[in-house]
Amino acid sequence: MPEAILEVRGLVKHYPLTRGILFKKQIGSVKAVDGVDLDLLAGETLGIVGESGCGKSTLAKMLVHLERPTAGAIRYKGEDVTKLSGRALKAVRRNIQMVFQDPYTSLNPRMTVGDIIGEPYEIHPEVAPKGSRRQKVQELLDVVGLDPEYVNRYPHQFSGGQRQRIGIARGLALQPEIIVADEPVSALDVSVQAQVVNLLERLQSDFSLSYVFIAHDLSIVRHISDRVGVMYLGRIVELGEDAEIYDHPTHPYTQALLSAVPVPDPEARVHRERVILTGDVPSPAHIPSGCRFRTRCWKAQERCALEVPLLAVPAVFRLTEGPARHDSACHFAEEKHVVPHEEPPRPRPLESEPEA
Amino acid sequence: MPEPQYEDGQTMAPTGAGGAVDLATSEGERLERPPSAASGGQAPAGPEGSPTGKPRSLWSDAWRDLRRNPVFLISGVVILFLVLVSLWPSALTSGNPLDCDLAKAQQGSQPGHPFGFDGQGCDVYTRTVYGARTSVTVGVLATLGVAVLGSVLGGLAGFFGGGWDAVLSRITDMFFAIPVVLGGLVLLSVVTSSTVWPVIGFMVLLGWPQISRIARGSVITAKQNDYVQAARALGASNSRMLLRHITPNAIAPVIVVATIALGTYIALEATLSYLGVGLKPPTVSWGIDISAASQYIRNAPHMLLWPAGALAITVLAFIMLGDAVRDALDPKLR
Amino acid sequence: MLLDVRDLEVEFRTRDGVAKAVNGVNYSVEAGQTLAVLGESGSGKSVTAQAVMGILDMPPGRITGGQILFQGQDLLTLKEEERRRIRGAKMAMIFQDALSSLNPVLSVGAQLGEMFEVHRGLSRKDARTKAVELMDRVRIPAAKDRVGDYPHQFSGGMRQRVMIAMALALEPDLIIADEPTTALDVTVQAQVMDLLAELQRELDMGLILITHDLGVVADVADKIAVMYAGRIVENAPVHEIYKAPAHPYTRGLLDSIPRLDQKGQELYAIKGLPPNLMNIPPGCAFNPRCPLARDMCRTDVPPLYEVSESRTSACHFWQEALHA
Repeated sequence: MPEAILEVRGLVKHYPLTRGILFKKQIGSVKAVDGVDLDLLAGETLGIVGESGCGKSTLAKMLVHLERPTAGAIRYKGEDVTKLSGRALKAVRRNIQMVFQDPYTSLNPRMTVGDIIGEPYEIHPEVAPKGSRRQKVQELLDVVGLDPEYVNRYPHQFSGGQRQRIGIARGLALQPEIIVADEPVSALDVSVQAQVVNLLERLQSDFSLSYVFIAHDLSIVRHISDRVGVMYLGRIVELGEDAEIYDHPTHPYTQALLSAVPVPDPEARVHRERVILTGDVPSPAHIPSGCRFRTRCWKAQERCALEVPLLAVPAVFRLTEGPARHDSACHFAEEKHVVPHEEPPRPRPLESEPEA
Repeated sequence: MPEPQYEDGQTMAPTGAGGAVDLATSEGERLERPPSAASGGQAPAGPEGSPTGKPRSLWSDAWRDLRRNPVFLISGVVILFLVLVSLWPSALTSGNPLDCDLAKAQQGSQPGHPFGFDGQGCDVYTRTVYGARTSVTVGVLATLGVAVLGSVLGGLAGFFGGGWDAVLSRITDMFFAIPVVLGGLVLLSVVTSSTVWPVIGFMVLLGWPQISRIARGSVITAKQNDYVQAARALGASNSRMLLRHITPNAIAPVIVVATIALGTYIALEATLSYLGVGLKPPTVSWGIDISAASQYIRNAPHMLLWPAGALAITVLAFIMLGDAVRDALDPKLR
Repeated sequence: MLLDVRDLEVEFRTRDGVAKAVNGVNYSVEAGQTLAVLGESGSGKSVTAQAVMGILDMPPGRITGGQILFQGQDLLTLKEEERRRIRGAKMAMIFQDALSSLNPVLSVGAQLGEMFEVHRGLSRKDARTKAVELMDRVRIPAAKDRVGDYPHQFSGGMRQRVMIAMALALEPDLIIADEPTTALDVTVQAQVMDLLAELQRELDMGLILITHDLGVVADVADKIAVMYAGRIVENAPVHEIYKAPAHPYTRGLLDSIPRLDQKGQELYAIKGLPPNLMNIPPGCAFNPRCPLARDMCRTDVPPLYEVSESRTSACHFWQEALHA
């Protein structure tokens, strides 16, 4: 088993809710991330899925040190980096880079593409000597599939998909080991999404990167991830390999989430069992006691209100073998197949014909 | 740390036949052109020079753009002319602005005195030429002072937020409550110096909160963009984020308001002088002449026309300059 | 036929030139039927809908050709006054962003009630009662207590229900929903989609569902029209199109979505980018990205070929696409 290059332990981020302008008084807190444990193994892609407000973006920001955790540790190669600052933090940042969701706001509109991709070298001059920077920028453009002659253009001259490639090139510039991608394709058109997903996969194998891939689209997460964590209200409720989560989910929330994903197959509407959740996600400022999913769970019992379920292999599966034996934070975990397994084979992609 | 393959120039050479790295999907991808390039409608970048030639930046592109912008050239020439006139007024007139003859008061245009005479019988042309120095100095320095102080204070408050921001916001609110003219009467009446400095200082003191408020809002908007976060994730320092990312994206409204305010300051100097707390009579300024002439507007409009016209052209030139600079700093408008 | 759009053409005049947003769109909906209009951004799917509703911004937009037959009447020949009477009462629209489509300073009840006050002349009190009924109908819990709440007090899913209630208020014959669930979470998306489908069945309305998501429409649509660069490239009943698409673009779209039931290999990606609407490639607009493209595709605009009685495809080589 490959070693973990990033270990997250008990990570918490609470935002204080205050009242008053000059004399602030704390009246509560928004528990955006509320105790997350996970490991990122070298060379793997860890997918994190969840609905809006589940804390996945806050988690991403803490992983790249854009937010300081309220509590908990992020160990990069064994060293806790949450307390670092100054030079030491800058050194760690080189190795953990981020790809942002919105290709329209993540590139400075008043900088040329060359300056955007070259900025990492100005901040970390030790990575590339001054004379070689321009060439490196052009190589990076080539690596992400853009014409190296675009260096003098501005972001608004590119489409969404191309901008996302520029953002990826900037993320690669410092030769990081870890890339945290927060919804990197959700703002793109369907036909362009596939191009960017393929690019990310190719870069991963070319440069032996480890990815934390955060998204709400469960199909894309399955496609790209080796392991998947499902988040709900600031916590990971189920964690396992992709087949364990998608084909053998044991947490009711995962089951509901998976069963709600629209599948491009009209036949499925007849035989597919759907778990439709009622109600809305509670506010992260008022998290239910015990299991935080219990207010929307069809299995909830008294125990769920009293006892917080821990993220571990549930007792019922502890002695079994097989894919249902994975971490799931539910007192009443049980396996349930919700993804229609007989999605019909899709037509084979068209092949390009040689010009006659 | 693994050595990424692009270290190896050979595999990534754009022209490399085939290339060692599998770029299976990139052949089609590389055919992509930015849509604007494909349309031909808004040709990107400039035609001169090969695209991979000299690296370009916002400022060099802006300067290139400005040099070809007629609005910038015209306003630039006007401003340059004003500066030269302020420095060497005697080059344009042999007269003395203080050499007046009451007998000629309010007389119109006549040979040697194209603009006529004012209420005191002074030559309007000579006074307009000599007035440029004071007016342009007051206007430009007050605007610069206000813009620098206001955007630094407001920008820092917006960027760092927190207690400093809260305190500064309350202070600007307090300054907004001070009536300008009344404030001038009180503050400037204790000053005995007859130079322009107390007046400029007063304008900066009362003017900065306006710019500060605009700069603060505009910095807060710019700060929320992901590219600022991206720079932070790269390890950029606060000063780099402020100078490279936030300032260029937040400066436009400051430029607009500051250039418009320039005219107000020249006029305010006139008001203060008229009230007796601004510049004292031996000093010549458009403001003093405009306020003096306004009483005779029915009988002798030419007395008002020339200094007011000079003021209008000055203000217009600075506003045009501000507009041109603002547009040049926006790559989308190129 | 409830709605029959024929050869509709819309262009936008901009500073940089004329953008041909819609270039001859044909589609039709019958009462009780759901048509899904599928396309990426810039395909003209929303512009077509806005033209049908009569809410296109003109200028810069301009309808340059075609007919929009609604219950047998060409809407484009009507006066603005007459069209306004149709809007809301006979056809209604649901937008993607419920938060910006609702007025933040008016209570939800007031906004729903306004429909009845303006169109039906009800008193304020009766309109309020109607508003509560409507909120019940779209299953907003505790409708009676929430009728006075403001839009920001509702969650995203609930706000979209309010939007649906507003569209339904006057029991229109046709509803156009423009990406109604795109902004919502998966679990809420399913709830809202189910509600919409159910109400449509109940009221026997025609429903046009505009979306970019092939998955969402598979569950509810009866037929699908795929748009690309302002044209319909394929028209087909829902069961047939997913099994065997007859246009290379549809096929590429289907292939490029990752599957939920298996990890799969490298995704198929349609190469290149959608065309610039100011400079649509000659011949078939899809030809630069198409694996089947030949010389003919670069010169001749493909007509809508009849694939079967109920299907059409705008591809010269649809047989190849279908049987490959």
